[in-house]
Amino acid sequence: MHTGYVSVRLGLLALLDDADMYGYQLKSAFEARTGGVWPLNIGQVYTTLARLERDGLVATSTRDGNGEGGGDGGEGGRTADDRQHVYSITAAGRRELADWFAESPAEGPPPRDELIAKVLLAAAGGSERALGVVTAQRTALFTALQARRRALRAARAAENGGGNGHGAGDGEPEAEGEAGGDEALAAALVQDALVIRAESELRWLDQCEARLLSRRSAGASTRRST
Amino acid sequence: MSVLELCDVVKRYGAGPTEVVALDHVSLAVEPGELMAVMGPSGSGKSTVLHLGGGLEAPSTGRVLVGGRDIATLAPTGLAALRRREVGFVFQRLNLVPSLTAAENVLLPLEFDGVRGREAARRAGEALEAVGLARPHDRFPDDLSGGEQQRVAIARALAGRHQLILADEPTGSLDTVTGDLIIELLASQCEAGTAVVLVTHEPRYASWADRVVFLRDGSVVDEAAPAPPPERALAAPASAPGR
Repeated sequence: MHTGYVSVRLGLLALLDDADMYGYQLKSAFEARTGGVWPLNIGQVYTTLARLERDGLVATSTRDGNGEGGGDGGEGGRTADDRQHVYSITAAGRRELADWFAESPAEGPPPRDELIAKVLLAAAGGSERALGVVTAQRTALFTALQARRRALRAARAAENGGGNGHGAGDGEPEAEGEAGGDEALAAALVQDALVIRAESELRWLDQCEARLLSRRSAGASTRRST
Repeated sequence: MSVLELCDVVKRYGAGPTEVVALDHVSLAVEPGELMAVMGPSGSGKSTVLHLGGGLEAPSTGRVLVGGRDIATLAPTGLAALRRREVGFVFQRLNLVPSLTAAENVLLPLEFDGVRGREAARRAGEALEAVGLARPHDRFPDDLSGGEQQRVAIARALAGRHQLILADEPTGSLDTVTGDLIIELLASQCEAGTAVVLVTHEPRYASWADRVVFLRDGSVVDEAAPAPPPERALAAPASAPGR
């Protein structure tokens, strides 16, 4: 999975591609743009910005005053620590960003997925052990997915004014104004991705179970026939 | 009282060397308003749970209680009445009567049950409204999309005002958007107090359930049930954890 350094780095570049910003604005914008599921700490933002600057992908300029020229408004959350640096993307930064958008995730080896590793390593210890791992992992994943579904339903019911969940109408959250709509869209896209990823892992575990069971019964009939 | 209860149920098919144990000492209880999903590889006993719950088959040993009544104690006529009045079925294959309109398909079991005339028509109309079937309701199954046909099948299960709906792969032939709507529809019935048992092999749909039961080789191997929502947690005994 792409976590940590890479995605924050490219996320900040993508935001700066739209507008020059202060560090604190970048933090808020990143969180809003990614549906609020990847909180950033401000230290991480500045560390990443320092690396981006070192690599020539962003440039800084110093401005004083209150938010002038640094994109619009933000949360007014700048602190004394903010050093009033305004960041902007460089031509090299734009190229890096374009390359990243163009690059396919299928290139390169598959990520070393922890769930896959657990099942593979358990299978080395025999079908029964692997089935046990499959069962436990599946239950845990399912419980999380059920809880997520429930939260989504509750959020949607609240959005519909506690409405009667009657009818099978469209379930899209309503956009409230431009900015709110963007954030709602980001949140919906992130939720979809998390639900679908969980579904695919669960499907894979079901497949593992079926393969392990058929291997076990094949093993049993071989033993019987010999 | 549980709507459906399986107590230490064993179900065997065949005898001697060809005997198959479909369920091997399974105990389950489904409460009013609960959506329970049953999952498992093919041959794990999922459909047998539904057949027993609907009184379509009897257990080899153990007891099956529907609405608190042991189905083994019912005479055939009593069993038929129980199937009609207390249990609604939604199958993967829709089993609509092709020569009857959507509304007539919903009416049919009501008429079997002695509900006639305006009362029957009113209930059928309400059920079709509840499932959101677009008008007109006098279209024939062949003129309906797969999703619409499944809505009619669910309306038929609802019109009987059953306390228990047994659904066997109800999303089977549907695309995911329509499938989601069908499951949402079943889930909304639970909010009104109906219990639903949903057999599916799709995690997508099973994840709507309050509780997911996993079968393997005829036995329950595990259950997934997140902590109940706050209002139910308050009603439950303080000592009861999530499952």
